[in-house]
Amino acid sequence: MTLGLTIFVLALFVGFEIITKIPPTLHTPLMSGSNAISGITLVGALLAAGAQYSAFATFLGFLAVILATINVVGGFLVTHRMLGMFKRRD
Amino acid sequence: MSKADVIELMYLAAGVLFILALKGLTHPRTAVRGNLLGSLGMLVAVVATLLDNAIISYVWLMIGLIIGAGIGAALAVKIPMTAMPQLVALLNGFGGAASVFVAGAEVIKLHLAQNADLSSSVLIAAAATGLIGAVTFLGSLVAFSKLQELWFQKPVTFTGHQAINAVLLVLTIALAIWLVADDANPAAYWMLVIVASALGALLVLPIGGADMPVVIALLNSYSGLAAAAAGFVLNNSVLIISGSLVGASGLILTQIMCKAMNRSLFNVLFGVLGPEAGAPSADDVYAGRIKSTTAEEIAMLYDSARRAVIVPGYGLAVAQAQHAVRDLANLLQSRGIEVEFAIHPVAGRMPGHMNVLLAEANIPYDQLKEMDEINPTFSQTDVVLIIGANDVVNPSARTDPSSPIYGMPILNVDEARTVVVVKRSLSPGFAGIPNPLFAADNCLMYFADGKQAVLDLVAAIKDL
Repeated sequence: MTLGLTIFVLALFVGFEIITKIPPTLHTPLMSGSNAISGITLVGALLAAGAQYSAFATFLGFLAVILATINVVGGFLVTHRMLGMFKRRD
Repeated sequence: MSKADVIELMYLAAGVLFILALKGLTHPRTAVRGNLLGSLGMLVAVVATLLDNAIISYVWLMIGLIIGAGIGAALAVKIPMTAMPQLVALLNGFGGAASVFVAGAEVIKLHLAQNADLSSSVLIAAAATGLIGAVTFLGSLVAFSKLQELWFQKPVTFTGHQAINAVLLVLTIALAIWLVADDANPAAYWMLVIVASALGALLVLPIGGADMPVVIALLNSYSGLAAAAAGFVLNNSVLIISGSLVGASGLILTQIMCKAMNRSLFNVLFGVLGPEAGAPSADDVYAGRIKSTTAEEIAMLYDSARRAVIVPGYGLAVAQAQHAVRDLANLLQSRGIEVEFAIHPVAGRMPGHMNVLLAEANIPYDQLKEMDEINPTFSQTDVVLIIGANDVVNPSARTDPSSPIYGMPILNVDEARTVVVVKRSLSPGFAGIPNPLFAADNCLMYFADGKQAVLDLVAAIKDL
């Protein structure tokens, strides 16, 4: 638990340091991209869907896998689509 | 090295890739690669998980992956750029719900295990996941509904609203204590989730349109924090790392949005913005001083202009005028006029909304200027064209201490030689106050739909 807390706090600081450097132009792609990253809960969902503690737990895992995958795939794809539109003056 | 070690190292690699992904997003040139690194990180994390011995059957998770990927891809490909705020709200909600279900399954496992040494810290983390995840889920659905203009478009409040929120929050804490004290009783967990869902809906219901950027950013942060909390439940480092990165990102955006409106987060979430007593009425401000103009007149202005600035607002998105505006900007440039776009941080319904819309219309990003960068240049600007923006160009924010928006940083368009405002009518913006800019000597009003106005203007300039 304390190790987890250490990781949590350090990652927060890393996040603050990097994200304050992101220009406002990219704030919408940042939101959709970070949104896709928060779909990392997919890892937990896969474990829950595959571990078979009980039928209900498997069902919950199954739902979680669907939702988290929508989040991940939708998030990364739409960010990619958006970023493809940002062009320099030529 | 055992298999468990390999999995841990893969999770570490995924965490590093996520950090590199965010680093890539610090510049438009590297952003595409950053996003690809992020998706690679996710792939590594998923493959690592599939190697885990805890997974006995692959049937349901494969079906889930296929269904989710199909829906996600369809959403991402079909969504128009104007609807991006809704999509982000929806995806936030899904992430929150997924975390709720993950912790729910874990609570069931812990309850079935029936061993005496249940760690209370894991259960506290489960309760936190349920709370944050459920608030994110229903809060995001309400935000989605407002943005998609389905239900609750107008802020919804009722007497005792705050008191009920407080009661619900206390109730979730009580249910969390029950969950910890009663060996991970799943009933306690699900009641907590239901109460927290209600809380999430009640928190977002009173929020109005122009405050949406704050709420979207905050829910973005919550979806990350929910994932991090789930990481504590599962004792999984990659969930904690990624969750806190996203949590930090959302918090920073929330802070930027609040600053750009000169309001505290507390004020946005719990306060209601309204005109204060003593504020001038629309009649006092506008009476006899509004000058209406035509496309031909504006074309003449541009004919002698050397520098022009365009200020887009949410109205531009509503009118779908981004492509017409691009044609206007290109036409002006071909006539030797320097054209830039002035982007206020809270223009639109989410952070960066205007930038994406204009990028979609092929307007180069280095032509879009932030408020601090463009404000000093307005005094050397011949024509400012405002399309669908109001409060962010209201000089009362600078000059009238009794105004509800006093102190909010604005685009100082009134310093330009001539300001043209494209607007359907003199109706007030979100803050509900009149805009003295419209009555200023150097301001002309062009009453029309945003897109049609720009199309007519392009035609008029071509006729010069």
